[in-house]
Amino acid sequence: MGLFGLFSGKKKTSAAAAKERLQILISHERQNRQGPDFLPDLQRDILDVVKKYVAIREDHVSVRLDRTGDASVLELNVTLPEN
Amino acid sequence: MSILAASQTKDKDALTEEGVGQVLDELAELGFEYIVCDSPAGIERGATMALHFADHAVIVTNPEVSSVRDSDRILGILQSKSKRAKEGGKVHEHLLITRYDPVRVENGEMLSKEDVCDILAVKLIGVIPESKAVLKASNTGAPVILDQDSDAGLAYSDSVARFLGEDRPMRFVTPRKQGLLSRILGGGD
Repeated sequence: MGLFGLFSGKKKTSAAAAKERLQILISHERQNRQGPDFLPDLQRDILDVVKKYVAIREDHVSVRLDRTGDASVLELNVTLPEN
Repeated sequence: MSILAASQTKDKDALTEEGVGQVLDELAELGFEYIVCDSPAGIERGATMALHFADHAVIVTNPEVSSVRDSDRILGILQSKSKRAKEGGKVHEHLLITRYDPVRVENGEMLSKEDVCDILAVKLIGVIPESKAVLKASNTGAPVILDQDSDAGLAYSDSVARFLGEDRPMRFVTPRKQGLLSRILGGGD
C-alpha cells in the first residue's frame, strides 16, 4: 500500500474481494448456462486460430452473447500480450 | 405437523422422480396444505429431486463464496429443469441468508445481505443471525424456532411470517449497540 493508501485508510476488504470473485464466477457460469451449446467450442476454435500467430492463454479470449430485443450480439474479446 | 423421513441411507438413488411425485400427490390428497421438502446441501441429485415439483423454493445460503455460488447453480436448475420451468412457468424463489454476523459485515469481513441479493437477484425472505442457539437446538433435537428467547428463533419466525405474506422489518442485521459496561466486562452473546 502506498503512502496515499495509508492516509486515506481505504484498504480493500475481504468482503469486497468475495463479492468481486463471486460476480466473476457467476457471470461466467450464467453465460455458459444461458448461451447456446456451441459457445465453448467457438471459444476454443478461436483460441486455436489466434494461438497460431500469437502466444495467448485460454483466459485471454472471452466470448459472450448478449440478447437485446430481437437481436443477438456476439462479443469477442482477445487480449494480446504486450510483446 | 407430520414428518416423513426420506433420507437415502443405503442407496443414494433410492428416490425416483415418479416416486417423489406420487408421494407428494398422495400427501396433497390427504389434505396437507404445505409440504416442505428439505433438500441436502449442494447441487447433488437429492437437491434436484427435492426441487423438481416445487411451487416455491427457499434458497438457504451463507454469506460465503462457495455457498452463494452453489445457490446460483440451484437457481439455474430451478429456472431450467424444474417441473414448473419445463411447463413454461416459474418457481417462486425466496432467499434466506443464515449465519449472518452484522459486526463482521460492518468491518468488511463478510458479504452483506445486499451483496448476496445483488449477486443472486432473488427476493430476500429473511436473515438469520449467527447464533449459539442454533447448535444448542440441534444438539438437543429441538427446532430453534421454538426457542423464542434467541435471536435466531425470532428471525426464523419472522421469515415464516414473511413467507405467509406478512410485512415484517428485518431484525438483527445491524451490530448491536454495546454499552460501555458490557464492553469492559467483555459481554455479548
